[in-house]
Amino acid sequence: MPDLNNKHLLSRREYISVDKIEGPLVFIRNTHPVGYRELIECIDKQGNVRLGIVLETSVSTVVAQVFEGTSGLTLPDTRVRFSGEPLTIAVSKEMLGRVFNGLGQPIDGGPPQRSDIELDVNGMAINPTSRQYPRDFIQTGISVIDGMNTLIRGQKLPIFSGNGLPHNELAAQIAKQAKIRGSDTEVAVVFAAMGVKHDIARFFTRSFEQSGVLGNVALFLSLADDPSIERLITPRTTLTLAEYLAFKQDMHVLVIMTDMTNYCESLREISTIRGEIPSRKGYPGYLYSDLAELYERSGMIKGYKGSITLLPILTMPNDDISHPIPDLSGYITEGQIVFEREMDGRGIYPPVAGLPSLSRLMKDGIGKGMTREDHPHLASQLFAAYSYVKDVRNLASVIGEEELTPLDCKYLEFGTQFEQKFVSQRQDEQRNIEQTLDLGWEVLRSLPVEELHRITEQEIEKYYGG
Amino acid sequence: MSERIIGKVKRVNGPVIEVMGITNAEMFELVRVGNENLIGELIKLQTDSAIVQVYEDTTGVAPYDPVYGSSMQLSVELGPGMISTIYDGIQRPLKTIRDISDIYIKRGITVPSLDRNKKWHFTPLVKQGSKVSGGMILGTVQETQNLVHKILVPPKDSGVIASIVPEGEYTVDDAIAVLKENKTQGSKNLFLMHKWPIRLQRPTNKRLAMNIPLITGQRIIDTLFPVAKGGTVSIPGGFGTGKTMAQQAIAKWCDADVIVYIGCGERGNEITDVLTEFPKLVDPRTGRSLMERTILIANTSNMPVSAREASIYTGITMAEYFRDQGYHVAVMADSTSRWAEALRELSGRMEEMPAEEGFPAYLPTKIAEFYERAGYMETLSGQNGSVSVIGAVSPPGGDFSEPVTQHTKRFIRCFWALDRDLANARHYPAISWLDSYSEYLNDIGSWWQQSANPDWFNERAEIMELLHREVRLQQVVKLVGPDALPDTQRFILEVCTLFKNAFLQQNAYDKVDTFSTIQKQAKMLHIILVYWRRGSEAIKKGITMVNLRKMKIYQDVVRMKFTIPNEDLSGLDKIEARLERSMDQLEALHA
Repeated sequence: MPDLNNKHLLSRREYISVDKIEGPLVFIRNTHPVGYRELIECIDKQGNVRLGIVLETSVSTVVAQVFEGTSGLTLPDTRVRFSGEPLTIAVSKEMLGRVFNGLGQPIDGGPPQRSDIELDVNGMAINPTSRQYPRDFIQTGISVIDGMNTLIRGQKLPIFSGNGLPHNELAAQIAKQAKIRGSDTEVAVVFAAMGVKHDIARFFTRSFEQSGVLGNVALFLSLADDPSIERLITPRTTLTLAEYLAFKQDMHVLVIMTDMTNYCESLREISTIRGEIPSRKGYPGYLYSDLAELYERSGMIKGYKGSITLLPILTMPNDDISHPIPDLSGYITEGQIVFEREMDGRGIYPPVAGLPSLSRLMKDGIGKGMTREDHPHLASQLFAAYSYVKDVRNLASVIGEEELTPLDCKYLEFGTQFEQKFVSQRQDEQRNIEQTLDLGWEVLRSLPVEELHRITEQEIEKYYGG
Repeated sequence: MSERIIGKVKRVNGPVIEVMGITNAEMFELVRVGNENLIGELIKLQTDSAIVQVYEDTTGVAPYDPVYGSSMQLSVELGPGMISTIYDGIQRPLKTIRDISDIYIKRGITVPSLDRNKKWHFTPLVKQGSKVSGGMILGTVQETQNLVHKILVPPKDSGVIASIVPEGEYTVDDAIAVLKENKTQGSKNLFLMHKWPIRLQRPTNKRLAMNIPLITGQRIIDTLFPVAKGGTVSIPGGFGTGKTMAQQAIAKWCDADVIVYIGCGERGNEITDVLTEFPKLVDPRTGRSLMERTILIANTSNMPVSAREASIYTGITMAEYFRDQGYHVAVMADSTSRWAEALRELSGRMEEMPAEEGFPAYLPTKIAEFYERAGYMETLSGQNGSVSVIGAVSPPGGDFSEPVTQHTKRFIRCFWALDRDLANARHYPAISWLDSYSEYLNDIGSWWQQSANPDWFNERAEIMELLHREVRLQQVVKLVGPDALPDTQRFILEVCTLFKNAFLQQNAYDKVDTFSTIQKQAKMLHIILVYWRRGSEAIKKGITMVNLRKMKIYQDVVRMKFTIPNEDLSGLDKIEARLERSMDQLEALHA
């Protein structure tokens, strides 16, 4: 096969024809035919190798982005090699318990990562016919999630948060407490940090350490002072390992990615430098497809034991849920957990907003045989009542609480109880689903029975009275 | 596959490839790119170069890779075997791909769209010597228990049947007839299937007036904002407002013969949901599985973006083909925004001048072209068939003023606006009764009056007026509280709340409530209006609202959507009679 040899030879060829460097992009001229998305190695004056990837290729010029940044590169002294292959990472089960940078290279001082299995970080689209529809309930021990926005194994459920809100605490608590009832399959956590601060990375490490799960956690850290371009590859390396663990090693993998906002900003940065036509707020038109490529790698596959449950965290710029990042995420993910600053201000943890939060897969994962038979109607009734509470509060702020009807006053009382007793809990408090549902009934008792339209008479008899 | 090399790759930018050294290529030609034979379509020609959009991931494609021509446009195969199948955006069967590939979709896979080995029982309807023209029926194949697949002469062919096979078992590859063509006097083999380019509308004799509604079984749609068979609808809504739920409910229960469900840039699990749920559901009209009338097209959000652009056309071409057989077809496109965004992305990569929000200036033209392929038609064989299009729109931030929603609004006649507040209160379907409209009311009014309710126009108008009065009253309530209103006005609020809970809200997961016949809908609306008419009279006579609500019958009215089955509506007559009696008693007591 002369062709293969040729490829091998070409991958050794070094070019010194770097023509232009702009931000993280390098432009190389007069190369051999280079494939789209090929991995490149940029060797600087000191002989350090930086990895990159081809973004655009043509007969005259190749445009590539360098993940470790371009600072210190010079036009005459930079040598470039094209590997002929897309970016891959070596994966193995031994990666659990270790810390890597965004490209999957160990940064914990341990030995380099070795494995025979090298996977393309870009992944491939899962055939919809091979997917298994997710319907197994995950108990997080957090009432407002288990009761109202149930997390399902294989779901992608983002946390829409804001700066200064306790999203990291909630993610850590979920990672610590998440349990699948009646299952003995191994659970692993794969954690990607994109552009977050050192102390936040430390917070997660310490929290995993304290709960004794660190041995089952692989961390990929691309921190705030790492080159922003590296963030573009971090979620991909992370998900590649998650796919390997889930579908080759039969593990249930929980993937936490924080902060997706930083990822999107990096994407915008590259897009702008390349002079692409922007869509909303300067973000590239392909932001949706790009996010979907990441989020859609979660799920379950028919005939495979493992699963990938995805918990991306994103901070909404200026708490605006209609900003392109949360907006496009919401169109792809299966629901969202939305934080409310006002609730946080009142000291309620977790400050999960009742109405905009939603779990789309909840309907098929709760009820008889999965959680408890009263769960669907109870959740629906709590939603309906809490939604009316919001109306009553608005009314009360105009006409004053004294002017409210006695029924509306009861609703106000219900609202307070719901937030203080049901939603609010300690950061180390773990409630099982029965406790959560019983608590739901307890707060519903502040309403008269005629108001419970969404609950059957049998349920009222069995739970409301007791 | 053709070995005709039409050029070499010059530049690769995502799915858009520039080709140089072009010799004899044609516009919209189906091409294969590189050594992996990736499928693409030629979308721009200029002197000796061309632009190709590739329907698969282009990783690894390099300059100087060969580009092969196929001498035909991007087409779909139309013939028996499409029903119950799930295809990708360019009509490759995903189940077959899984069998030969693995859980992922590998690149460069070539599989025939229709099974080449399966034998179909063909019954000829024409004889040797018959004169036939395009679109005429050659014979039939019983595709599923309830669907007779009519084998058509390809629309552009006409001539005399020189020979035709006897009744028997044939594959889609077997020649079933020989046609002596009028134009060329040459002979041409006809098969159970034929090909048709996806971007070309299939011809019909003429457009007919649309005066039969597409019954969806969803009360707010059929009663308040109905759509005609052959009509066009847009469902815009932000994320989480229930677009997909609404689309799926209509796909399940509407009275079309064939459903084409296009999952365009949406979630993989939603397609899986349809795939697992539809085979289990029973079509109330035929008693067979719903999957036996459904074709799925899936380009999930992580599948290549250029195939997303094509998926819409693939779907509507299949729908037109079944319409040409005299069937009523409903196309669900979820979501057309993703299709528009695919257009934008490709346009951007071709460095075209953008118009609003980066969308290309030809976006409205493309939207119009798509929706104009809907309609109620007389087919070439003289039968009536229709294609109705129900397109979801996902406006960024739920803001309806964005270009896709606005341009779509110009070309559709029925608008079901989804409302964030309703969805937050878990009021489903979250179709807003204030922002939605239907222009088909007058067209299909007489059908409603004949089939279900002679008084439909008035009753619909009466409840709509109440809903609008309620909005104004709610503004007052927000300022001063409900106690400040007199009982006559509070009663309007009360009736509207009842109407919303007992009629507009519909539970897709409840066996009875998931679908309502129009007879049930008409009766339910009538009962609520009886409560309104009698109640407001009673209040004028001094009866309080508390008295009205304490009537036992009230709870039965609230729950009638769950308790009265579609098959036996006598329960509703009883409720109406008891309601009248209770009112009589109340008035008698008070007097």
